[in-house]
Amino acid sequence: MSDAFDVLRSATRARVALGRAGDGLPTDRLLEFRAAHAAARDAVHTPLDVDTLVSSLGETGLDVLTVTSAAPDRATYLQRPDLGRQLAEGTSLPGGSYDLAVVVADGLSPRAVADHAPGTVAAVLERLAGWSVAPLVVATQARVALGDPVGEALGARIVVVVIGERPGLSSADSLGLYLTWGPRPGRADSERNCISNVRPPHGLSYAQAAETLAGLLLASRELGASGVVLKDEGPALER
Amino acid sequence: MTARRATVAGHTYEFPTLVEVMAKATPARSGDVLAGCAATSEAERVAAQTVLADLPLTTFLDEQVVGYDEDDVTRLVLDTLDAAALEPVRALTVGGFREWLLARAAAGDEPAISGLARGLTPEMAAAVSKLMRNADLVAVGRRARVITGLRSTIGLPGRLASRLQPNHPTDDALGVTASLLDGLLHGSGDAVIGINPATDSPAQTIALLELIDAVISRYEIPTQSCVLAHVTTTLRALEKGAPVDLVFQSVAGTQGGNEGFGVTLDLLSEAHAAALELGRGTVGSNVTYFETGQGSALSAGAHLGVGGRPVDQQTLECRAYGVARHFDPLLVNTVVGFIGPEYLYDAKQVIRAGLEDHFCGKLLGLPMGVDVCYTNHTDVDPDDTDTLTLLLGAAGCSFVIAVPGSDDVMLHYQSLSFQDVLTARQVLGLRPAPEFEAWLQRMDLVDDTGRVRELTADAPQARALLAAAR
Repeated sequence: MSDAFDVLRSATRARVALGRAGDGLPTDRLLEFRAAHAAARDAVHTPLDVDTLVSSLGETGLDVLTVTSAAPDRATYLQRPDLGRQLAEGTSLPGGSYDLAVVVADGLSPRAVADHAPGTVAAVLERLAGWSVAPLVVATQARVALGDPVGEALGARIVVVVIGERPGLSSADSLGLYLTWGPRPGRADSERNCISNVRPPHGLSYAQAAETLAGLLLASRELGASGVVLKDEGPALER
Repeated sequence: MTARRATVAGHTYEFPTLVEVMAKATPARSGDVLAGCAATSEAERVAAQTVLADLPLTTFLDEQVVGYDEDDVTRLVLDTLDAAALEPVRALTVGGFREWLLARAAAGDEPAISGLARGLTPEMAAAVSKLMRNADLVAVGRRARVITGLRSTIGLPGRLASRLQPNHPTDDALGVTASLLDGLLHGSGDAVIGINPATDSPAQTIALLELIDAVISRYEIPTQSCVLAHVTTTLRALEKGAPVDLVFQSVAGTQGGNEGFGVTLDLLSEAHAAALELGRGTVGSNVTYFETGQGSALSAGAHLGVGGRPVDQQTLECRAYGVARHFDPLLVNTVVGFIGPEYLYDAKQVIRAGLEDHFCGKLLGLPMGVDVCYTNHTDVDPDDTDTLTLLLGAAGCSFVIAVPGSDDVMLHYQSLSFQDVLTARQVLGLRPAPEFEAWLQRMDLVDDTGRVRELTADAPQARALLAAAR
């Protein structure tokens, strides 16, 4: 369809000039919307394929461990963010002394993690020659702050949480990276740095995200801190 | 104070303070579970409602949910309460008050219901709503008349206004204009043309205000603009001479919640006074706009009441209305499904909260609208927002929010579409604000029956408006 309403359509990604069927939406526009919403809903609710992810991450040469949060299922996870920030009772992780721990967490979009986490993690590790990196950890029903008890238990000076972000109507597969110096339960969101919208080809590429993160990691190690004192990088943290 | 108790299904439940009675009497919602104040069983909920129904309304004058000495919202409410306005219902219990309201609503006695507003505390409104079913909230809500105005009149019988929300992820002028014109072509924008700015700065706010003002002036549209920046940003824009119609702010029901939003009551007073001086109204002088939403106090960790007890989110929401009404707003809306499933989990909870918020806001004297909306991790879809929208239309909701195709590309959530507003108006026989309706007629955007025309892009009416996008 091409007409003078293209003036509106070309000016914004918003769903302008959709037309009408009576006072409602034309059927094709209705189905387009449903398809976008379905993709977003499925991104939230389709469980992470942990075995496949562990196998992909294993190609980095690092050991890969798995943990779950204290939220036993998706419904609880969505209603109790506090439980998604704690490890399930009885979780034990091997302690050590590392520069960095990387936690790959399903978050609100397991699909984003399945699609983009292996490529992102590989691109990050490539840029960290000489860093001692703890075994990688795959975490399910996990919020960003679950990285705090994981990083602390592993004995890491910095934790990076690679997590699926809340799906938007046109971005069901967006990955976020959160860096926290000195991980331990109780860290505030203002003590983290965030890189958002890792989602090639529409958002950041793995290389772009890894480059930015590597810069933040070096700066954090030098400063012995993270968060607002480090650098105002990206949007405010959501949770 | 002695504990209050009631027996349901052979078990006696005890509630140590008014805080527990209110929280446990609240219909189920995830935010109260998260806060740790929800009823632990359905029987306990009914027991709390039974206790609540027998409480005299004056209990809420003598006993506080959030302490007077600790919280300036409590002080604002109690210090400005109109004792005479409460007189018709002063002797009633909460349960009796519900029946009184239903009887007046059935008789169509709007003055009796509306006359109470300044005599009621937010907790009284919250309490009676907790006893009501959804249909009660609709039946009484539509008889609580609140009429406000600036350049259009909001809240008249038989009207449903809309906020046109032409947001853009980078505040791009052409992008905003495209959504704005799309909304006008669909008959939206009579409550306000209101943008959530991507960047909260005085310069950006001024640029967006001037953009909307230019469209309003060019087509002589009887509506008002708003850029929903922080109140301090709007004050700066106002000082620089920007065309500010409405001062906007998100508000919460506790002093701590408002501190979380970076505002104090003094700051709101200052902004209200500054906007009043501009005198930009033609049909009224209501110059503030507030947004609220259940869960905002909890998300700021400012949800505790007397004795450090967690207060339920619906009571706190009503207290936000106690803040808003002090500043004679043109518009107030709850953003009912935005905050996420940890506060309102699914459609049942969102629909219930939308009806509660509309009812309580109106009962307390607010020009109440609702942003009927959801995020993708909440169990809500457009079928559910249809249900809530039609219920709100039946409840006499003052306005709803509409964005192109339901998709807010800046805030990443779904609200109503312009088509949804048309559908609600058509199904329920509702019309836009009268001044805006007359403008739609002048522009020939509606037919003789008042229905918004389906225009092709080369229709003269469409071309006239599209000229603003070039």
